Amino acid sequence: MRLLNRHPTRPTGILLAALPFVAVLIAYWIGSEIRLAANPQDKLLPAPETIMNTAGRLFTEPNKRTGEILLWADTFASLRRLAFGVGIGALISLTVGVGIGLLPYVRRGLSSFVAVLSMVPPLALLPILFIVFGLGETSKIVLIVIGITPFLIRDLSQRVLDIPHEEIVKAQTLGASTWVIALRVVLPQILPRLIAAIRLSLGAAWLFLIAAEAVAAEVGLGYRIFLVRRYLAMDIILTYVIWITLLAFLIDFALKTLSRKAFPWLGGGL
Amino acid sequence: MSFVTVRDVFQEYDGRPIIERVNLDVAEGEFVSIVGASGCGKSTFLRLLLADETPTRGRITVDGGTPAREPGRERGVVFQKYSVFPHMTVRDNIVAAESFPKGWGWFRGAKLREARARADEVLERIGLAHVAKNYPSTLSGGMQQRLAIGQALHARPRILLLDEPFGALDPGTRLSMHEFLTQLRAETSMTVFMVTHDLGEGFKLGDRVLVFDKTRWDPDYPERYGATITYDFDARDHGIPYQHILDKIPSLAAASEPAPAPN
Repeated sequence: MRLLNRHPTRPTGILLAALPFVAVLIAYWIGSEIRLAANPQDKLLPAPETIMNTAGRLFTEPNKRTGEILLWADTFASLRRLAFGVGIGALISLTVGVGIGLLPYVRRGLSSFVAVLSMVPPLALLPILFIVFGLGETSKIVLIVIGITPFLIRDLSQRVLDIPHEEIVKAQTLGASTWVIALRVVLPQILPRLIAAIRLSLGAAWLFLIAAEAVAAEVGLGYRIFLVRRYLAMDIILTYVIWITLLAFLIDFALKTLSRKAFPWLGGGL
Repeated sequence: MSFVTVRDVFQEYDGRPIIERVNLDVAEGEFVSIVGASGCGKSTFLRLLLADETPTRGRITVDGGTPAREPGRERGVVFQKYSVFPHMTVRDNIVAAESFPKGWGWFRGAKLREARARADEVLERIGLAHVAKNYPSTLSGGMQQRLAIGQALHARPRILLLDEPFGALDPGTRLSMHEFLTQLRAETSMTVFMVTHDLGEGFKLGDRVLVFDKTRWDPDYPERYGATITYDFDARDHGIPYQHILDKIPSLAAASEPAPAPN
């Protein structure tokens, strides 16, 4: 039997899925053992139990001076920026994407502009954003918006163009105006695509968020990581990295579930 | 009395003629089948009738009005595929035929309930009442086309355009769709244009069968000339409209009797 026709059974599948995770953990654990055996003061690869202890402390112990738990404050601040950035980006791209996809005038006017815009490296604009919007929340949110919107627009406008011409004609023969076609025919059909596109661009959104926080912030997950880097506090950094990964995974999972629940007409296909 | 009038219609894409010099008069209530080889411009002609495209030359008018520049409620259409909205339930697809001309394309409250009641009547008539709450993707091809026809008719168009509506259906479903369409036509007596690949279907359903073909052919440059209507058959009574003429006009019988032989 050819290799490409062989499928793992369910238990084997679960085992295979767990394998790379276990492999990485074991590799880390061995590396950490070796370094700590040579030098018990080594900070580069803290022992897994050290990380666990630090994590427990970070999640529960309030800051002595302010009384708030820093990790939760960081999480809240970062998620807020992420939500605003992605939310604003989604709204802009939905409007512009439908415009480009549906209206020839907008398409002629904007599509090459968006194509060029998407080539601008957003991080190169970060200094400009800091100068224009200051070091506060705005510049971080704007960076996320600038970073993900061109991609979202291109994806959504293409999806609008992919809607069969027959459907658009049919709506016209039922007497629908441009506005009604956008609202009742196009919008509902690209919402699932919007969620899929957001899921794809969340990685980039996190990247821009952490980059912006690393450069200038007072609170935030990225800010904390780059702050404790100075003390080589690998246990804190690793806790934060795992936490961010977990958050990203949960957001992705929530969006996937939402897409399945909210659009039953897709019949599972996307 | 001509209801749909086509005068000297030419259509070209990038200087390449597709159809040329098409003239046609269709009376109200006629069922016109359009047949022809692939790429002979019959679907192009249907798009022109639909006003999805405007002809390069010539004009198409309905009931003496001005030529339409975009599709509207006057012309209903059913395509081979993608004729219903996949994101709406079967019932909402019918309601859409009423609500789409409104400002937001929506009904709410009492109006919605009334529209839904009317939609349920339509679904009852086209035999889809039991799947009113399903989405089109869960329906068979024949049911989807029935829904598409019901939706198009619910908007009460003056002419109905069918672009190979049964092309993707299996033969059995096709036959039941023929019955369905014949029945609907008896109720509404609408003017219908149907493009089809199936000659038998064209003659069975149509009052007239138009054949599109090229009248001129340059072997060195096949794209030089476009197609036009080459035959215009009377397809009533299975394509032999005069076979039963005596049954229809009995007074002719006397004239046709041979004179009794003198004794």
